[in-house]
Amino acid sequence: MKPARFDYHRASTTLEAVALIDDLGEEAKFIAGGQSLVPMMNFRLARPSALIDIMHIGDLDSIQRDGDALVVGALTRHRTLETSTDPTLMGGFALLPTAARWIGHTPIRTRGTIGGSLMHADASAEWCMMARLFNAQLRLEGPRGRRTVAADDWFQGMFSTAADFNELLVEIRFTTPRQCGALAEFSRRHGDFATAAVAVAFDVVDDRLCNVGIVIGGVEGVPVRAGEAETLLEGASVGAVDVDGAARSAAAGVAPMESEPREAAYRRHLVDTLTRRAIHDALATGVQ
Amino acid sequence: MVTLPTSGESQQWVGQPLQRREDARFLRGTGRYTDDVPHAFALHAAFVRSPIAFGVIRSIDVRPALEIPGVIAVLTSADLGHATLTGFLDRDEFIKTAMPILANERVRFVGEPLAIVIATSRYIAEDAIEAVSYEIDEFDPIVAMDDAQRTPQPIHDEAPDGVLVDLRMFNDDELEEVLATSHVVVDETFRSGRLQAAPMEGRGCLAEWIDRDDQLVVTVSTQLPHQVRTGIAQALGLAERQVRVIVPDVGGGFGFKAVLGREEVAVAAAARILRRPVRWAEDRLESLTASFQGREQEYTVRAGFTEDGVLTGLAADIRCNIGAYSAFPFTCGLEPIMAATEFLGVYKVPRYASRSRGIASNKPPSNAYRGVSRPQIVMVMEGLMDRAADRLGIDRVEIRRRNTIRAEDFPYSGPNGITYEPGSYLEALELCAAQVEAAGWRQRCEEAAPGFIRGIGIANFSERNAYGTATMGLRRMPMTPGFEVAHLAMDASGDVTLTSGTCSAGQGHETTFAQIVADRLGIAPDRIQLRQGDTDLTSFGWGTFAGRSLVIGGGAAAVAARRLAVQLREVAAQLLSVDADDVELVNGHARVRGTGASISIDEIAKTVHFRSHLLTDREEYLLESHGSADPSGMFSNGCHAALVEIDAGTCAVQVLDYLVVEDCGVIVNPLVVDGQVRGGIAQGIGATLYEEASYSPDGQPLAGSFMSYLVPTAAEMPPISIHHLETPCYQTETGVKGMGEAGTIGAPAVILSALNDALRSRDAWLEHVPVTPADIQRLLALPTKMESS
Repeated sequence: MKPARFDYHRASTTLEAVALIDDLGEEAKFIAGGQSLVPMMNFRLARPSALIDIMHIGDLDSIQRDGDALVVGALTRHRTLETSTDPTLMGGFALLPTAARWIGHTPIRTRGTIGGSLMHADASAEWCMMARLFNAQLRLEGPRGRRTVAADDWFQGMFSTAADFNELLVEIRFTTPRQCGALAEFSRRHGDFATAAVAVAFDVVDDRLCNVGIVIGGVEGVPVRAGEAETLLEGASVGAVDVDGAARSAAAGVAPMESEPREAAYRRHLVDTLTRRAIHDALATGVQ
Repeated sequence: MVTLPTSGESQQWVGQPLQRREDARFLRGTGRYTDDVPHAFALHAAFVRSPIAFGVIRSIDVRPALEIPGVIAVLTSADLGHATLTGFLDRDEFIKTAMPILANERVRFVGEPLAIVIATSRYIAEDAIEAVSYEIDEFDPIVAMDDAQRTPQPIHDEAPDGVLVDLRMFNDDELEEVLATSHVVVDETFRSGRLQAAPMEGRGCLAEWIDRDDQLVVTVSTQLPHQVRTGIAQALGLAERQVRVIVPDVGGGFGFKAVLGREEVAVAAAARILRRPVRWAEDRLESLTASFQGREQEYTVRAGFTEDGVLTGLAADIRCNIGAYSAFPFTCGLEPIMAATEFLGVYKVPRYASRSRGIASNKPPSNAYRGVSRPQIVMVMEGLMDRAADRLGIDRVEIRRRNTIRAEDFPYSGPNGITYEPGSYLEALELCAAQVEAAGWRQRCEEAAPGFIRGIGIANFSERNAYGTATMGLRRMPMTPGFEVAHLAMDASGDVTLTSGTCSAGQGHETTFAQIVADRLGIAPDRIQLRQGDTDLTSFGWGTFAGRSLVIGGGAAAVAARRLAVQLREVAAQLLSVDADDVELVNGHARVRGTGASISIDEIAKTVHFRSHLLTDREEYLLESHGSADPSGMFSNGCHAALVEIDAGTCAVQVLDYLVVEDCGVIVNPLVVDGQVRGGIAQGIGATLYEEASYSPDGQPLAGSFMSYLVPTAAEMPPISIHHLETPCYQTETGVKGMGEAGTIGAPAVILSALNDALRSRDAWLEHVPVTPADIQRLLALPTKMESS
């Protein structure tokens, strides 16, 4: 479990990083916290010809408010988000620090970055789910300039994103704050990748749910939205939310990756349970 | 018959909860493990491993690898003279097969080493692995035990049906009739999944040929220094003296290192051939998929009971998936023999017959793993008790009470031919049951939140350990383990060096052995240093496994200490001009009873070394002694109870609380005993709810990292309360019984029992481990008994 030979480059600015990768070609890769890439390299499942270390780019580690939006620099560590609980900064995004706590273990969270997680695009990753839940805009820096991709268009398949090889993710802009939110996850062992996870967020206006988002992670190849369940909850009165219906609809709507029927049935059951629990927990956050 | 120690007035260190002296270095990261041993010039080894489960090797081409800068050599089986290791039992029911050090002609599991690469770094060695090419013609692999029947190609030609060992050790012509006339017969099949012991430190070694000593010095992470020496010497055609095995700190053994692997032999051979030092440290992928595994077993049992729940007889068909090879030295007969011989546990079974087989498969070879078959046989016996209790409407504790061997039955001889010395089987059961009540578990079951179901399990069991030569001889290994010889030497400062052929893998021997010796010499334990794990330093011994070290190694140390105490008293008597019989050793002094006269033991030591001319009556010089021990073996016993909760929503199982009653005879150090119990339970919980070395139907390992091989973490552990009973066993001078495996043995049975209690409204039983959430979901989806009736 030693990586194959690779060259190492260190970039100190975004432009330098992009120029380097454009020059080195498709076999090169950016490395941030390395919490997914390094194990894959050790198994020789990833064999980049060169690594461009972006951790020394100074201005990508920040959390800022821009009106409604929360703007997070791509090199922000999981641990920084986990401990960012200042309500004036995080208003409407209180679920983000909660979600960060589900990422691996503390040593992983102090090294791993939000941008790295979104670039790796594991379907069970908390930031991938949060990006869809809060309609994130992902800003890329490339040799031909900047562009922005909506989270709904970001995930192209398992471990595959809309970013081109020579584009660097620099900023994640969560655009839609919500009053209520919850994440329900299950893994057999503490700290592992979720067997399944369901995130729910909504506003409550005039005692009714609106802007409902439900995202399911770890079950299909990408994090998916439970559109039917969202529709079912939209406009529901707080006191009469059809939790059963939403949970059933979310479970029926997923297509689990498992080929083994028993395992697939179990995942579906889990989605039902976690949807139920996430809705209940999200309603409870509204009560507080 | 051994002499019991005189308690006298000496300070009693045995029984004290002394902090382990090892902990400071282990916890601060200053322990010294095999891969920590520095060597400026060592080359690095890595293995080309088969990606194919079963096939014929047509060719191996190493030439491209040799062209990579930094690659020193790539050796195949022929380069090693087709060296082999053969672990066998000298019995008719055992088919002897060899394990080549590097695959020769055939590959028999994914991960089997085809060649060893020697390079200047492990990175380069792994590059070289990719450059070696080979052609392998594939056969259909045998993965599950039943595959052997439908695959024409046997794994070993010597065993066309795939059965390497077929034991019918226990027969009873009247058993069938007894079962036929029993009030109920519980007829069930139990299964347990394949496991890997997963110690923190994997295997590793550093080998160097030293011309000066005409020796191959092999530093290796093992539980068996002398057996590793024997195996390497045999495989490489060297005299025993020409191999020195050194064992530094070992980061967990659990039986996984009670073996000699082919990799260590290959590294030693490479060092000898190249005349250059070579080192190898197993990575986690190798450890999980290409080393040793165990526990994959199936039990088809029929147990007869009277209307009152009393066992009438038991018939068992036991099958163990022993993997591709017979491991050295304990062989592929280990699990089948253990399962058949010790099946009956703490219960009186009037009639017993069993067949016990070891079946070859295209998976890594099996070897000992903490408890060896006892986790399974206890799971089966306790499962039978629970089923019979349910069928007969008898309380689960009561049916165990009715079948347990009682105090008045000792010495008890069962149909398995074993005579049991006294234990506290019924007492442990009663205490455990009382503790369950006192802890309010029944109430806690009632209090489960909606959507959660709770259950209580109980398991009463024994753990046979410290097998001496009399017992091991029955197995018919070509070398019979069992005894230990300890040496003691007091130096001129009065400090004592103790050597033992046992070999700690982290258990705390340095602390506990010192406690035993300290009591006998009247000095503090910190004056006693245990040296172990060096075949040039210690007497020949049998290493550490099966709860033997403190019993046999510690027993030998006690004898040596008693003899050294005699020498100290004699010297003191001369120096104080009194009778040696009047001298006692207390608090670092030799004291004359009844008078105030005394001399410090430090002073005695100094005199013996530096002023021996004063000791005119003494025939010997220095202060040295030895002692030995060879008990036949004994049974510790215990009773576990667990409170578990099923989350019907996620189908997850959580062990909420855990109770242990443990009887391991005299307790030398309660901290060490409790630590062993807790660690064992962690592994037992892993075996029951998390871990499985699973394989695809084509023999590919599916658990190659800790992301898929789920070792439980602290977060998965319940609180554990431990209660002690002490029934001494004086097969050695210390009264101790071994206890290293009990936690691992009890946990699967008790958690399964608790799950079946929680699921009792469903007309289905869990009879396998590990239990996954998908299993729980399937059972929860079944109609309840009330719904179906």
